[in-house]
Amino acid sequence: MIRKIFLIGNPNVGKSMVFSRLTGVQVIVSNYPGSTVEVAQGLLKIGDEKIEVVDLPGTYSLQPTSKAEEVAVELLQKEAKDDIAVMSVIDSTNLERNLFLTLQLIEEGYPVLVCLNMCDDMKHRGITINEAKLEELLGVPVVLTCAVTGMGIKFLIERIKDKKVGLIQKLGHQARWLEIGRIVEAVQQLSHRHHTFRERLEDASVNPLTGGLMAAGILFLAFKVVRFIGESLITYCFDPIFFNLYKPLLDKLSLALGSDSFVYHLLIGDLIDGKIDFKQSLGVLTTAPYIEFDMVLPYIIAFYFVLSFLEDMGFLPRLAILLDNLFHRLGLHGYAIIPVLLGFGCNVPGILSTRMLESKRERFIVSTLISIGIPCVPLQAMIFGILGKYSGFYVGGVYLVLFSVWLILGLILNRVIKGYSPEFIMEIPSYRLPPLGMLFRKLLFRVKGFLIEAIPVVLLGVLIVNLLLYSHTLDLVTGIFSPVMKGLFGLPNEAIIALTVGFIRKDVAVGMLAPLGLTVKQLFIATTLLAISFPCVATFMVLWKELGFKALLKAAGIMILTGMLVGGVLNFSILR
Amino acid sequence: MKKLSLVQMDVKQKGKIVEVLGGKALQHRFMTMGIYEGREVVKLSHFILRGPVAMRVGRSVLALGYGMASKIIVGVE
Repeated sequence: MIRKIFLIGNPNVGKSMVFSRLTGVQVIVSNYPGSTVEVAQGLLKIGDEKIEVVDLPGTYSLQPTSKAEEVAVELLQKEAKDDIAVMSVIDSTNLERNLFLTLQLIEEGYPVLVCLNMCDDMKHRGITINEAKLEELLGVPVVLTCAVTGMGIKFLIERIKDKKVGLIQKLGHQARWLEIGRIVEAVQQLSHRHHTFRERLEDASVNPLTGGLMAAGILFLAFKVVRFIGESLITYCFDPIFFNLYKPLLDKLSLALGSDSFVYHLLIGDLIDGKIDFKQSLGVLTTAPYIEFDMVLPYIIAFYFVLSFLEDMGFLPRLAILLDNLFHRLGLHGYAIIPVLLGFGCNVPGILSTRMLESKRERFIVSTLISIGIPCVPLQAMIFGILGKYSGFYVGGVYLVLFSVWLILGLILNRVIKGYSPEFIMEIPSYRLPPLGMLFRKLLFRVKGFLIEAIPVVLLGVLIVNLLLYSHTLDLVTGIFSPVMKGLFGLPNEAIIALTVGFIRKDVAVGMLAPLGLTVKQLFIATTLLAISFPCVATFMVLWKELGFKALLKAAGIMILTGMLVGGVLNFSILR
Repeated sequence: MKKLSLVQMDVKQKGKIVEVLGGKALQHRFMTMGIYEGREVVKLSHFILRGPVAMRVGRSVLALGYGMASKIIVGVE
């Protein structure tokens, strides 16, 4: 009787993919070490039996060297060994390195089953492994699988019950490597062949010059593709739906309700020039769905499609080496680029993924930098929405200001915050062409996550603003902040409402700024402030959860200070 | 045979690790990733201004920070 199955293995061997196949539970799978930061759990059904399956973060050995590894090892060690199965997932293209952990598991007397994953890639690289022989030498079952295509999974499930306590005696580390050498010699055959094109590309990608050029090209292309997909979706899909299908319906409703009632104000909002204006009316049925579905969602889809592709092809670790030098100046190492990139989608997953960094100091620096200097998709959609109609100069200007703030703040934080930041050592995965089906599943998963999180907050945000406007409560608040707004930032009092609303969700604020009739300079300052001053409330909560209350206060102080400084400088330095 | 640190090696140069410096924790970490005395390595790239180093060990490509790389001593012909 097996009660629990633990999936364990080195980072980036496809554990999470195997987990998804076994349980049907969707988790984010990427081609870089450390994409699993949380322990995922699911159920595997065999006949009438239900077995719990646990997906552990990747680890190289049973003596942990990082936080994520600690979690994995602790969870495993607190279980009684007799009613669990430990599935050691191995990257079959790198048998030697992966066997270190497998041997340790066997030595410790765990009931083990080996899943020889990524066997499709093995063929491309001219490797053959005699799995029967490996099974004999290890004394535990070995199953060949390819989790991406699902090959071998059925057989793997059938063999779980055969899990066995192997017979290998306890070894020292050096002796274990010797033993591994012997095993690999006996079971693995390499067919000699020339360097493939892919391998040449891989080598070039870690070289400063060629790698740098490749990365610049890829990032440029990525940006173009995000814009292309986003704009196409708006023009050919969402705009027609809103203006040709939805608007006529709203017009009918608008007539039926009669424009004076409270309900009318709530649902439709204010008419602009006698017409419904999706951006400015601020009704629950007008502005709320428009912002979410016609302004933000298309870019969410576009961004996550491109990001997922880059993740799965194995680009991010390569970017990490290229940026390591720069990031060291900020008290981080190159790997911190991954949380930063994720933050461009939404700051919340970005900050969550800082768990892959080792020290608290690094996590604080990168989380603060993300919440101040990295604009999420809704915020970017808003920047384009407000400034796009003037010129690319203004849009580019906001990005330039954000990047400068990000950089300068990083340099300062590195000086000011005590503690050290460790160096990285990481494995650079092979390039892989992500299968389209997998890519779309991941995209769907992320978009669904976004919608579930965003829709209620946006509806609520618009509702609250609508009610406040209706009852004129905001006039009170605007008075209090008048000196700062007018004196320091050169903005009208009402802009404080937009900034406050931005705290609920950035994208709702667009509807608040539009009706104020601001000049371009004022819009530029307002959008920049919206980006820098405070992240949205969801980001705040995750900062609190991940870093603790004291660090949250510290980060919030930095945000306010930076916001005041940047807003003031912009106001007094831009003349027109 | 000359002894060089991984940082001092030339790009594309091959060698055998003869010594791993550093504390117990770092040595252990290296060990679990397959970096130990007697292992053959090929240096793949080097970034200027105390940047990281990439190398091939067995079938893996590893990137490591400058400080870590200077603790790996390699014997080259």
